Amino acid sequence: MLAFAVSVPARRNLESVMKVFHLALAFLSLAPMAMADTPVLNVLTYDSFAADWGPGPAIAKGFEAECACKVNYITAGDGAAVLSRLKMEGKGSDADVVLGLDTTLTEAARATGLFAPLAAIAPNDLPVPYTDANFEPFDWGWFAFVYDKTKLSNPPKSFKELAASNLKVVIEDPRSSTPGLGLVMWVKAAYGDQSGQVWKDFAHNILTVTPSWDAAYGLFLKGEADMVLSYTTSPAYHLIAEKDDTKAAAPFSEGHYMQVEVAGKLASSKNQALADQFLAYLAGDAAQAVIPTTNWMYPAKTPAAGLPAGFETLIKPMKSLLYSPAEAEAARQAAVEEWQTALSR
Amino acid sequence: MADRPVQVSALALSGLIMTLVLGTALALFAQAKGLSLRPADWSAIRFTVLQALLSTGFSCLLAIPVARALIRRRFPGRAALIVLMGAPFLLPVIVAVLGLLSLYGRNGVLNLALQAVGLPAVSVYGLKGVVLAHVFFNLPLATRMLLNGWQAIPAERFRLAQTLGLPSPFRHVEWPMLRAVLPGAALAIFLVCLTSFVVALTLGGGPRATTLELAIYQALRFDFDPGRAALLAAVQFALCILAVALAARVTLPMGLGAGQDRALAVPAPRGWRRLADALVIGLAALFLMLPLAFILIDGLPGLARLGPTVWQAALRSVWMAAISASLAVSAALMLTLAAATGARRLIEVAAMLPMATSGLVLGTGLFLLLRGFARPEALALPVTIGVNALMALPFLFRLLLPEVRILQADYDRLAQAVGLKGWARLRWLTLPRLARPLGLGAGLAAALAMGDLGVIALFAGDGQATLPLMVQRLAGAYRMEEASAAALLLVGLSFALFALCDLGGRRAAP
Repeated sequence: MLAFAVSVPARRNLESVMKVFHLALAFLSLAPMAMADTPVLNVLTYDSFAADWGPGPAIAKGFEAECACKVNYITAGDGAAVLSRLKMEGKGSDADVVLGLDTTLTEAARATGLFAPLAAIAPNDLPVPYTDANFEPFDWGWFAFVYDKTKLSNPPKSFKELAASNLKVVIEDPRSSTPGLGLVMWVKAAYGDQSGQVWKDFAHNILTVTPSWDAAYGLFLKGEADMVLSYTTSPAYHLIAEKDDTKAAAPFSEGHYMQVEVAGKLASSKNQALADQFLAYLAGDAAQAVIPTTNWMYPAKTPAAGLPAGFETLIKPMKSLLYSPAEAEAARQAAVEEWQTALSR
Repeated sequence: MADRPVQVSALALSGLIMTLVLGTALALFAQAKGLSLRPADWSAIRFTVLQALLSTGFSCLLAIPVARALIRRRFPGRAALIVLMGAPFLLPVIVAVLGLLSLYGRNGVLNLALQAVGLPAVSVYGLKGVVLAHVFFNLPLATRMLLNGWQAIPAERFRLAQTLGLPSPFRHVEWPMLRAVLPGAALAIFLVCLTSFVVALTLGGGPRATTLELAIYQALRFDFDPGRAALLAAVQFALCILAVALAARVTLPMGLGAGQDRALAVPAPRGWRRLADALVIGLAALFLMLPLAFILIDGLPGLARLGPTVWQAALRSVWMAAISASLAVSAALMLTLAAATGARRLIEVAAMLPMATSGLVLGTGLFLLLRGFARPEALALPVTIGVNALMALPFLFRLLLPEVRILQADYDRLAQAVGLKGWARLRWLTLPRLARPLGLGAGLAAALAMGDLGVIALFAGDGQATLPLMVQRLAGAYRMEEASAAALLLVGLSFALFALCDLGGRRAAP
């Protein structure tokens, strides 16, 4: 009864209906007449990058000082929302630079055909080799389970140990959150064909699954769960911003999956040279030095002055796991379905 | 009544609403690549309906004793309690969930107490947690709608029942009122629960607890598959229409007639029933107020540290909510007045339609339709105001419709006899008689608009954030204390707006 089928002619009808609707709207809309004295560089990014406390304002200020231009951030909720927004806007996007996708999304972003090749490939200090013709990494982090040292004295050292324990963890949903997707990739990269079994063994530890990182982290800070899926750099926030050294990330023997956040330039941009200049600035020392204590991630290129005090206390996983964008895209749907099946029992 | 201008504008408005709701869905369908429901979608449909039915059932059944106890007892602080009981419905979902967890969570007061006396811990996660949270949100809504119903019963009927020596006024006086009001309340709650997603996901314990709205969110966010989102929205729409039709079938007119607005004299039986009423009120107050108390405790410490951008966002949210509420109330009044006489079915469908669509589908559809004409940032605020007014409309319509019907049945002939029509009728009959539900409705609409997150998140540019978006941004940057404080500010402002409208309406009522 609820099955729907839209045939091709029907869809064409819809399109013509929409055309009429568009036309009607054209009469109602007023074309904004912005007089541009200085060129404006539009950067599509996620909310927390452009927020007052994020890296956005300092990077914009630094770049504006050398470009005689104005940086305007257009924001969407998170990395996935940035990509959705871009797909919605297509070639008509106002954005010149898209900043904040991670490597589980870059292949889908590349497939839109909207991205231009990078003018220059800046060197980076990522723990695994990484280069991409379209996307420049600007920061990265290792996913990890974060716990409270005062409450948990003997944290698990692997997924196996975690599954054997009665500890409760909060994770994010891979269908609505990039860290959630990162965890699914982590298990897949660490266990390959056995990942389904790992999820089944691990299911009893999962207190609940939240739609977003902030909800999960909020539950953890409230004391609801023993551990939360976050980043190895999360304890640095508590240490540096709150002078609280009780949080730590648990090193896992399987290795830790990485999130690499990237920026790229749109082929439709009318400010190609300015966009190149911005990407070069983003990869440079001044911008990279802003990242650690604003985005709470590792900068793609370690600044000349080193990392801020406090970062040396963080765990350094021996083994880094990361799929190439193409591998991640190929594995994504099956891995999420496997997760869903294992947890639906 | 329903003067011709009212009828005509109501029909025009209905047409506009239908165009908006269906047009945005069509805009998504137009991008569809292939349409079929997956097995996971079917289990989402099952879970969605199950939790919505359970939540609606508990909310409505529990609301009857609570509203009855409140209407027949007088005690200090009663008016304040009734207003405060509106608060849970107005809470941003994630804030409310954290408040509930302070009480029922693994580390919550309840489990600490159980632990202290050596009892095993209880887990709130799963279907029971979802239903608990929905009852927390919707019990107050149901209670308020029933209170309005009880207040609409003319005092003369209760006196008549007493004179006739009926053992209880329930069967002949109160039951007809419940038959008239309860289906509408149940419908509104069922529809709210149907489109719930943060509650289901956060407390549901895993992907078993996937609702349709979550599936829509996923289709739009990770897969960017607007066609699939539209298909799922169509399923949600079908469920909604089914519910509206069912509610319309079981609703009966109250038929208790007009009274002389004497002070309400609901018989207040003595003895054990007095104790029972006190217990019911006490338990309801605890159930609804304790989580609020925890939100207050969590939010207070960070309040002083909120930066200017948060306050600017708060101000922006308040004026946007005020405009949204005025739009929604005017539209709802016009539609209910017309629906009480004229093209009832059409208007009713149009007024309930926004409930069937998800805010996400509406927002995304508008984005797709409008993208060629103006920058999304330029549209963010007007679109958000409009969509919020639209989303509040079904509640207001449900709230007003029974009361407008009563007004029509009781006063229409009188008004016609004395030739009261047009503005004069609106000014001297309609508005004063409906002041109570109009005030409550305006309060609800304003508070719902304050708390909305879905639409603004799609459009907002830098520096256009509303308060809920600020809460999310703060929480997304480890700043939980400030996020709690901003959430408390949001709750406080929503509630102040709500109380202002609600009290204003009650004061203006005859």
